[in-house]
Amino acid sequence: MLGKLIARRLALALLTIVLATVLVFVALQALPGNLATQILGKDATPDAVAQLTAQLHLDRPGWLRYLTWLGGAVHGDFGTSLATGDCVVSMAGDYLRNTAVLAGITIVVGITLAVILGVVAGLTRDRLPDVLISGVALIAMSVPEFTLATLLVLVFAVKLAWFPAVVTDGPDASLRTILHNVPLPAAALSIVMAAYIVRMMRTSVIDVMASEYVAMATLRGLPRRRVLLHHALPNALLPALNVIAINIAWLVGGVVVVEAVFNYPGIGTLMLDAVHNRDVPVLQYIAVIGALVYVVSNLLADLAATALNPRLRTPARAS
Amino acid sequence: MDLAKTTTGLQVSGIEVEAPVALVEKLRVSYRAGKRLIPVLVDVDLTVAPGETVAVVGESGCGKSTLAGALVGHLRAGSRIAQGRVLIDGQDLFRSSGAQLRRIRSGTVAFVPQNAGHALTPSMRVGDQIGEVLRFGRGMDKAAARAEAIRLFGLVRLPTPDQLLTRYPHQLSGGQLQRVAIAIGIAGAPRLLVMDEPTTGLDVVTQAGILALLADLRDTLGLAIVLVSHDLGAVARLCDRMLVMYSGRVVEAGPTAELFTAPAHPYTRGLLASVPRITAPGLPVGMTGGSPIGPGTMPGCAFAPRCPFAQQACTHDPVPELTNRPTLTDSRVSACLRTEHVLAQPVWTAQVRPRVPREFGPVLLSVTGLQVDYRSKPDAASGPTVDGIDLEVRQGEVVALVGESGSGKSTIAWTLAGLRRPTAGELTLHPRTAGEAGGTAGTADLTLPAAKRAPQWRRQIQLVFQNADTSLNPRRTVGDAVARPLRLLGLRGREARVRRDEVFADVGLPTSFADRLPAQLSGGQRQRAGIARALAADPALLLADEVVSALDVSVQASVLGLLDDLRTEHQLGYLFIGHDLAVVRGLADRVVVLYLGRICEEGTVDDVFGAQGAGEVNHPYTRLLLDSVMDPMPGAVARIADASAPRTKADEPESAPPPVGCAFYRRCEQRIEGVCNTQAPPVRQPVDGHRIRCHLPLTDLDRSDELVEVR
Amino acid sequence: MSGITTGSPGDTAKGDAPRGSGTLRSLLGSPIAMTGVILVLLHVVMAVAAPWLAPYSPIATSPLDAIVNPSSSHWLGTDQLGRDVLSRVIYGGRNAMLISVVAAVLSVGIGTALGMAAAYFRGWFDEILMRILDAVLSVPAILALLVVVSVLGAGAPVIVLAATVVYCPAVIRVIRAGAQSVVGLDYVTAARARGENPWATMVREILPNVLDVVLVEFAMRASWIVLLVSSLSFLGFGANPPTPDWGLMVSESRSLLTVTPWAAVGPIIALATLIVGLNLAADGLAKARGIDRITGGA
Repeated sequence: MLGKLIARRLALALLTIVLATVLVFVALQALPGNLATQILGKDATPDAVAQLTAQLHLDRPGWLRYLTWLGGAVHGDFGTSLATGDCVVSMAGDYLRNTAVLAGITIVVGITLAVILGVVAGLTRDRLPDVLISGVALIAMSVPEFTLATLLVLVFAVKLAWFPAVVTDGPDASLRTILHNVPLPAAALSIVMAAYIVRMMRTSVIDVMASEYVAMATLRGLPRRRVLLHHALPNALLPALNVIAINIAWLVGGVVVVEAVFNYPGIGTLMLDAVHNRDVPVLQYIAVIGALVYVVSNLLADLAATALNPRLRTPARAS
Repeated sequence: MDLAKTTTGLQVSGIEVEAPVALVEKLRVSYRAGKRLIPVLVDVDLTVAPGETVAVVGESGCGKSTLAGALVGHLRAGSRIAQGRVLIDGQDLFRSSGAQLRRIRSGTVAFVPQNAGHALTPSMRVGDQIGEVLRFGRGMDKAAARAEAIRLFGLVRLPTPDQLLTRYPHQLSGGQLQRVAIAIGIAGAPRLLVMDEPTTGLDVVTQAGILALLADLRDTLGLAIVLVSHDLGAVARLCDRMLVMYSGRVVEAGPTAELFTAPAHPYTRGLLASVPRITAPGLPVGMTGGSPIGPGTMPGCAFAPRCPFAQQACTHDPVPELTNRPTLTDSRVSACLRTEHVLAQPVWTAQVRPRVPREFGPVLLSVTGLQVDYRSKPDAASGPTVDGIDLEVRQGEVVALVGESGSGKSTIAWTLAGLRRPTAGELTLHPRTAGEAGGTAGTADLTLPAAKRAPQWRRQIQLVFQNADTSLNPRRTVGDAVARPLRLLGLRGREARVRRDEVFADVGLPTSFADRLPAQLSGGQRQRAGIARALAADPALLLADEVVSALDVSVQASVLGLLDDLRTEHQLGYLFIGHDLAVVRGLADRVVVLYLGRICEEGTVDDVFGAQGAGEVNHPYTRLLLDSVMDPMPGAVARIADASAPRTKADEPESAPPPVGCAFYRRCEQRIEGVCNTQAPPVRQPVDGHRIRCHLPLTDLDRSDELVEVR
Repeated sequence: MSGITTGSPGDTAKGDAPRGSGTLRSLLGSPIAMTGVILVLLHVVMAVAAPWLAPYSPIATSPLDAIVNPSSSHWLGTDQLGRDVLSRVIYGGRNAMLISVVAAVLSVGIGTALGMAAAYFRGWFDEILMRILDAVLSVPAILALLVVVSVLGAGAPVIVLAATVVYCPAVIRVIRAGAQSVVGLDYVTAARARGENPWATMVREILPNVLDVVLVEFAMRASWIVLLVSSLSFLGFGANPPTPDWGLMVSESRSLLTVTPWAAVGPIIALATLIVGLNLAADGLAKARGIDRITGGA
């Protein structure tokens, strides 16, 4: 039964990715205006436009172009960049690495921080620690990433000069350089991401602490530590998993603004360039990666939920 | 010694000198709602001697659950002790440190909650949950805790204890969960077990098994028990002494047997007069209406507004004291000024609402061969959810469907209402008496979903729901809810309002309630509004799905009375679905016993229930049900309550019907192997209209001789 | 009949209990919500009355007065082109707020209808809708928006449309979850048994019971859309210079942060107070009405 369930989830995940690529394809290619004209600009000669049209196979029907693209994508071939003519996959590699470093640090720091703070806030409901944590979380939610990033630059780069304000290296900088530049953007992203998880975690802890089973565990004379760690926490984490997954998926988009502020050579910067250049293959590739992150983080959340919630992995009572 | 003296003479003879295990003194608990402090408990005293079983009875909102919580040092968030103290083994719970409190809770007093399904942590194996109590409370190591857990699971008669340890709560049935909760409760070897409605929500057979277990544990372990319950049958079965609570105060206390036979407080009398009894051939008379008022909202006795004996003095300050009054035996106290007068009045015994002799009209509903199959694909291990149902309801007749949870009662009702698609069978609704205003020509096919039925037929069948809290839209006024079905009659505007007011009058609600939201009504009033909504469509047949089971007994009695009146006035047919056999006995004309979606037995209430709460000839399943009923009589013992027999199978309901044979054979103690599990049971008719589907010959099902013996 | 942690004292009629009464009253009754509503109203007044409130024209440049620190004539100083920062801050929310109100109305309106329908009809309708939503949600929102805006331009209708498409799926999910806890209840069953029209049932029986969720969603989505529009402007995909727009203002004055901080801090404070106000209103309402405010990411 479990195997069947996993197979179903994987099939649905695949379907989601394919549907997502269709959506992006339609959005990129079916929007009004000739793609070739838009790429070449208004001053292009008709000949040039015709040439590009042929080169991009824009004369073929949309579904055929999509299938051609999909066929390539399945084999790992996402085409060549319209802007540079390079292979999309190898070109995006460095950007991808840099964003992975940024996102990885953000996820580890942000989630750990958020869960701890959320639990503290939930346990001290309406008392000082909760008021402080909830207040800061509310403000962090209310300040857009670009202002937060700007303020961080002002304080830590300009005033204190602890970290560089902007990255001056290209995407192929060494990992050392990247790591040197990562703290401020990671801090900006972590704070925004943590704000949402803190709020969810706090609500969830409050709910679970008010549940009958936690009250009963206390009434059995168990030590408070035991009640918290074994009875409350696993159940409080459960509803937060979904929000954590959504926030990880959000990072793929969230990095755009923060990378722009810090001139960080990651996937967000690449995306902005590709949008400016109407570099369709690159955008398609980024969309697939975004969908992949979304699907994988949701799958991981489901897996974690299965681990925490026995209802999901054990059959109900046999008749 | 000192402690015992201060307790207004409540000690039970024989254990006068022993220090009480629990002592509650002048306890006052208040609840903060906004800026107001609302009293929940007022001046409550309670003494529990070692080994004693004390019941706390009363209806919802009387404060009995708060008292139960206070006994383990637990108050609801927002509540606080305004006065008084709670001593367990001499130690004041609300002046103890966290460590002291933990020690008391893990060794001296344990709490068993009402709903074990909510009280066990869903993410932990039940073995770990009992194991941690043994390890932290009794200092055992892992191996010893495991061995002890297995012993305790055996003690509460759980089947295969070693396997159950590794199960999660959702893998156990309600009865099993309650047994696990009890095992955890006794794991710390407490002296006192506090139980909040431990059998509420369980099937009748499971209830009987749990109560038998509790009686046994009390005797073998020498436990003192405080049983908080509204189930007077359970109280009569288990408890030495009882406290009756009303509006946050104890109004009467004393030995259970005496309170049952000679109740001194009018409320105790009313309560006893509200309980339906399976031995009584009619509905209980109940008590005069009105909901309890909150403590401290008016001077004098809180029960006075409902009390038939009330005099002017009753409504004056101070509140009548709870004392031993003249003419009461030493061990009893009552808070009624007119105790002597009340005691002089005839007792409730054998009073029932007179049953009007009935003539039934023509057949309204006929069902033949109804089958409902929920399975997505057929499998060999089970049969359809509901199968082979034949039914008839005549005008003015109440036909009851009874059975445990999972018996398919509600499925049948929902199918008739057009909310489920039957997989086979004919379901026909016949027109009402020709010439009557609402009469419609032809018949209606009820296999169609509700939306596809013609409006004039749709209104002929109306559902009334169990839970008054969810049957009315909380954001719409009661009047709006009742007026909605009138559209099926084509009534709008003024006409609709007139009709709405008529219906309100029919169910005994003031018309001024039309503008209220459901939250502004009491439970009983909401249920009346639910009935009004069904009635508004001018139906011929009411499908009443457990309509009184969520109500307090006094409210239940009045709603049952209303249902009985309505069917006489409007010549309604009822399909009454219930699990409380005593209620069915009082209201129904005919009864159909279901097991796992199959009919076991059907007949008139007299045939099935007999004169003494058991027919002369019954299906083995009906007998199991009937034997599990606990009549609220002092000293009454459910016939099934053979405490020594390990009940691992018979008191656990099954959830899927077998593909062939008799649905009940796996639980039947009289089954014939090779017959019952392979062939459908034949119909046997001891008398005309009384049909029993069983392979056993009637002579084997007859137990008229046994009945004489028991009573 | 109550469990150990549940149930209120007294099952009796709750006479004047405010439980069933209006959403408006619970908004007014909660100090948190009131603070939020007042903040938002202040912003609305500021945006509507901008022409009368602003001391200077928001776009008039005055190179001689460039980069002036706060003074009595320019309360928040001037920017690098000598424009009055306060005037620009007062005008700067108009665009984002108008877009966010329209887009929030659209996405919450459509989301409520589809969410309720998915919960009510279940079956294949629900299944297919959920698959499509999953796909839409899996595309990074900012990517979708950037693409649309870069192709169709940054006109208000385009951003409204794009924001609606991006936020609708999340609203559908939230409303669907809320409606799912209602559709199984007996009063909805009663409506089904009466053979009522599905849409009538949804509007009469389900909508009033998810209305609080809808309002909370509205406040929340509106705040997100303001953030989004500002972020787009910041990235250069929104309002064009010299339009006064908070996001654009931060972007323009970022490099002069050390010289004239108010040119950036002013719009940041304006933006943050609006969002805090919307969040407080949503929080206060959710708390007063006992809704689980389970929120996703930005």
